[in-house]
This record gives sequence, C-alpha cells and structure tokens, in this order.
Amino acid sequence: MDNRQKEIDNLKDYKYGFSTDIENTRAPKGLNEGVIKFISNIKKEPQWMLDFRLKAFERFKQLKEPDWQKPKYPKIDYQDLYYYSAPKSMDDKPKSLDELDPKLLETYKKLGIPLQEQARLNGIAVDAVFDSVSVATTFKEELTKQGIIFCSMSEAIQKHPDLVKKYLGSVIPITDHFFATLNSAVFTDGSFVYIPKGIKCPMELSTYFRINASETGQFERTLIIADKGSYVSYLEGCTAPMRDENQLHAANVELIALDDAEIKYSTVQNWYPGDKDGVGGIYNFVTKRGLCKGKNSKISWTQVETGSAITWKYPSCILKGDNSVGEFYSIAITNNHQKADTGTKMIHLGKNTKSKIISKGISAGNSDMMYRGLVDISSKADNSRNFTQCDSLLMGNKCGAHTIPYIKNKNLKSNIEHEATTSKISDEQLYYCNQRGLNQEEAVSLIVNGFCKEVLQQLPMEFAVEAQKLVGISLEGSVG
Amino acid sequence: MLTIENLKAKIEEKEILKGLNLNINPGEVHAIMGPNGSGKSTLSNILSGKKGYEINGNVTFEGENLLNLETEERAHKGIFLAFQYPLEIPGVNTNTFLKTSINAIKKARGEKELDAIEFLKLIKQKSAELKFDEKILSRQLNVGFSGGEKKKNEILQMSILNPKLSILDETDSGLDIDALRIVSEGVNSLRNKENSFLIITHYQRLLDYIKPDFVHVLKNGQIIKSGDYELAKELEKVGYEDFN
Repeated sequence: MDNRQKEIDNLKDYKYGFSTDIENTRAPKGLNEGVIKFISNIKKEPQWMLDFRLKAFERFKQLKEPDWQKPKYPKIDYQDLYYYSAPKSMDDKPKSLDELDPKLLETYKKLGIPLQEQARLNGIAVDAVFDSVSVATTFKEELTKQGIIFCSMSEAIQKHPDLVKKYLGSVIPITDHFFATLNSAVFTDGSFVYIPKGIKCPMELSTYFRINASETGQFERTLIIADKGSYVSYLEGCTAPMRDENQLHAANVELIALDDAEIKYSTVQNWYPGDKDGVGGIYNFVTKRGLCKGKNSKISWTQVETGSAITWKYPSCILKGDNSVGEFYSIAITNNHQKADTGTKMIHLGKNTKSKIISKGISAGNSDMMYRGLVDISSKADNSRNFTQCDSLLMGNKCGAHTIPYIKNKNLKSNIEHEATTSKISDEQLYYCNQRGLNQEEAVSLIVNGFCKEVLQQLPMEFAVEAQKLVGISLEGSVG
Repeated sequence: MLTIENLKAKIEEKEILKGLNLNINPGEVHAIMGPNGSGKSTLSNILSGKKGYEINGNVTFEGENLLNLETEERAHKGIFLAFQYPLEIPGVNTNTFLKTSINAIKKARGEKELDAIEFLKLIKQKSAELKFDEKILSRQLNVGFSGGEKKKNEILQMSILNPKLSILDETDSGLDIDALRIVSEGVNSLRNKENSFLIITHYQRLLDYIKPDFVHVLKNGQIIKSGDYELAKELEKVGYEDFN
C-alpha cells in the first residue's frame, strides 16, 4: 500500500488526523537557556516571568526522568524537539477574527469548533490554542461585563500580572517533578480564567488544543481561579494530526477554588493514538492539580481519555479547606497498542473533607490500562471520607487491565472505601443485542456506554453526546 | 415463510441436530416439544444466527437463504427470539435498549426512526396491554429482574418489534400461572394472518393458552412425529421416554 492510500485509510479511523499547511515561526531546535529566552522574548514577557522560567530550567537540569510508570517508551531526546512553533501570521497579533489567517479559521471549522461570530457554539466560550499560541478567544466581551477574565495565558501575563504572579506555580510548584518542571520552563500558551467573588459563570468556558506542527512538543499551561462563592464549568478538547513520530504533550493545569467556590473541569482527550500497529501518536504526560484552598470549596474532574499513544496523568485534588470536596470521574479507553497509566490523587488536609473517585477503564486490542490512585487522609483531617469505585472492562484476550490503589489513612475518625470490579463483554451479551437488530459496533457501543454511564452523566450536555459517540468510535473493530 | 430441509448441526464435534425438516407458513403457530438435550435450543439458536455451530442443510426465510445472513440481518428481516435466559446489560436502561433496537431495525428497513415521543407512546400502549409495570423500563436491562420479569420483558420486546417469525425458547419455564397468562396473551395479541410463531416448550401447559396449529415432537435431533394440539395432550400422558 502506498503512503497516500495508507493515510486515507487511517483518516477513516481518526477524522482529526489532517494537518494544516501553514508557515511557522519556530524557536531553534533544542532545550537551553537561549530557547527559553527566545520564548519569553517572542511573547514580550516581563522579567519576573523569565525568571520563573529560568529558575524552573535550573531545577529541571537536576531532575531525572521518572520510570516507575507501567507504559514504557523509547527515550525522548529533549534536544531534538522544537519548544515553540506558532503560525507566522500570529507574529503581529491579529486584533480581531477578521485579521486571523483564513487557514486557521478553516482548521477549526473542520474540527467542528467554529470561531466566527455567527457560527459560534451556543453558550460555550472557546479559547483556541494552535501549537504554541492561542489564536482566538470567543465571547470575551460578554464575559468581561461580569468581571470574568477568560483569555490566553500570554495575555494574562501582560494584563493581569498580579493574579498570575500570585497563583502560577502555587499548586504545581516549579520544583514539582520532571515533566511539570519542564513545562514551567518552556510553557507556551494555554488558558487563563478568573471568576470574581460571587459570580456564577453564565456559560461553559472551553479550550480547544490542537497540535499541528511536527517535531514539536506542546507545553500548555492553564490556570483557573474561582474566587469566593463563584462557580465555573470548564471544558477542554484536544486533537492532533496523524504522524509516524511520537509527539510530546506535557501540560500543567492548576485550579484554585477559594471559600465556597466550585470548579468543574471536563476533558475530552482525543489526541492521535497512533496507527493500528502502534506507530506514532501523542505522549500525553500531563500534570493537573486542583487546590480546594477555601472552606466549603469543590473541585470536580471529569475526563474521557480515548486518544494518545500513552496517557500518563493523575488529575488531583488537594482538599485543604475544611468541608471541601474533591471528585474524579474518569473513562479511559485504550485500543490497538495504546497504553494508559492514569488515575487521581485525593489529598485530605482539612476537616470534614470528602472525595469521590469513579473510574471506568476499558481496554481492547493489544492495549494496556492501569488505574493508579492515591487517597491520603492526614492526621488533621477529622471526619473525612473517600469513596472509590474502579471498574475495568476487557474486550478480547490480548489486552490488560490493572488497578493499583495507594491508600493512606492517618486519621482514625476518617474512612476510606474502595470497590473494584473487572468484567468482560460476553459473546452472549453481543448475541442478545445482535438478535435485537444491533450490529456488532452498535452493540459494543451500547454496552460500553452503559458501563461508563455514571461518568458520562457528569459531562455538560453538548459534550456528553460527543463523548458517547467517541466512545463508540474508539472501540470500532475491537471485536471480531 | 420458513422452510428447513435436512438441517444438521454440530457443536464441538457433537452432533445435535440430525436432519430436521420443518415448514412454517404465514399465520401458523407451531409448537416443538421434546425432552432435555433433544436439540430444541440449538434449533432456535441456529434460526436466530448464533455463532459457533457447524451447519449443514437448507434454511430459507421468505425465499432467502437464512444461513447466509448475519444475526442482526435476520432481526431486520423480522425474526425474533425470546431468550430462554435473557442477558443482563448493566448501565443500559431498558427503555434505551428497546429504543435502540426498534430504531436499528427501522433504519435497516429504510423506515423512519421513532423519536422520543413516538417511542414513549408506543411503549406506554404496549406495556398497558401486557400489564407490564412501566417502572421496570427505567431500570437497567434485566439487572435484578425476577425470572418472571425477564420473560415478560422478552414478550414486551416482541410485541414492540412486531416480528414476522417469533421464536419462543422455553419462555414458559419458571413462570407462575399469572405470568404464563400474560405471556400467552402477548403471543395471542400478535397472532394474525401474517405473523408466525415457533414455540419451544417442555410442557403442554403453555399450549392450553396458546392453541398451536401444529405440534412437533423433537427427539434425538429429529422431528419424530407431527400432529395437531391433540398430540401435545398425548405426550403429556405418555411422557417423552416412551414416545416413539
């Protein structure tokens, strides 16, 4: 089969796999102080931001890449990557969508994320990040009226330095770990959200991440602050072109909820997973952490992870404020040669803190899935509770599913519950569905969606429908 | 409508059906009776398209070679099997399952799919007819259902899908007398000039409620005798052992 034909066949499976032919401005290849200065300079950052980056880089040089994870991967040559790549047309920042490169608008249209005023998604404000830059943010004015800040990270550094200085790195310190520290040194763009006191954000905020350029890592940085008594629901979606190489995506996401505030963070991750033989695909090594800083605050993570060659992440909650609540709802699907090592960490520090973990792992083909989760109740966290439910569903007999819960309870007044199940889709169930007129794919999709229902219900309506379809598509061809 | 000629079936080298012949015309109700292990369930599995059998012989449904069709294609053509042991599907609510099923069949036939309101209307009407507690429909499919509820759910599905050929695989086993009556009424209400039934049972009891046009005795993989309703009564008296 010639390459062209192969590409066409692949596109049938992963419809976001196209790439946009666009002229880029790139940092010189490799990782060094010069490159970090280049990034900071091109973004016209203040000195304090550059200092933050350089401090992280100093730390990074002393860190060793971790290797305790289950999915192994070939050594990454960090000097052989581009750390900044942005469409050239973004060099002179377009002031409005009219000035935006039509190729970019077209790309987002193809992805189902229209940016133009007339075609925008109802009730959802979008920040569109293309490789290393945010290209557009919609509904900005409407949000500004309520004092809500929703903009790219680069813009926030310029316009809201006090907030950024105060909170950036406050949940994921620059000394945190290898990938998080790398991100702190070279992060390019991402979203910034601030919800003022007592404001309930009237629409869903969302960021759409797109990797386009080859040999480029994406290092995005997102910071969400919900001030006292506020509420926000935030969604992120991700896709990438199909390439034979593995591309690194190492993002940092920090959430801060003050007294009585609530943040709901949903992810539908559909990075390119590699082809059927396991060639190519994204390495999705992401650090996501939320701090329930104030009393009665709540942070809820919902993730649907269907893409990437390797997914390695643990969206976590630090429950510092008394009576704070952390939740983690996850669906992770691996097919073909995909691998995932994912779960959460719930760190109970405050009194009467509660956490809930619902994890649904589905593995098919030759894939391998690991749930790894930590529940840590400190000696001061009186009357705290955790409930964990971990279900695995296997399809076929060449895949794997593993569950490793780490449970630490240092408080006698608190308790932790853990439930786990492993099941398989039976031929009898499929036969039953077939007999009722459903073909194999429809039957699998129905059964799997039933298995994931508790988590799908957590997603905002518009996303839930998409996610449901995605769940079906990801498993296509997984039963014979 | 359905013609079976010299049907032989093996599973894991074990011969179960050994040359079975049967002809069902539109509107006819056929009952197949036989002892355990005579091949009754195998027959219903083969007709509905369960995989794993080595099959010889001819089966045509409305003139078409049935054995070449996928399981779901047979369902689209109007073949329905009421399962002896209906499967549980956790997390999928019964309503959703029914709607997905009826719309999959409609879509395959090129008919307009039912929207939520049309579906609800249909299901309300059918469950009232069958005295089926609607609350069950919002529960997960067959999960935690009693034996009787599972069987009634099969009959509800049958009456919603309105199949041309309904195969009931020991639907009566384990039913109390009230449930048996409901199941029978379900079948009787679908009886007309076009719809046919193949009722597989151990006992004559069900046939008191659903009067079949033909009764066949299946023993050792073959139909050894065919007759009318009187044959069922005779069987009940003599027992399978001595019946030749």
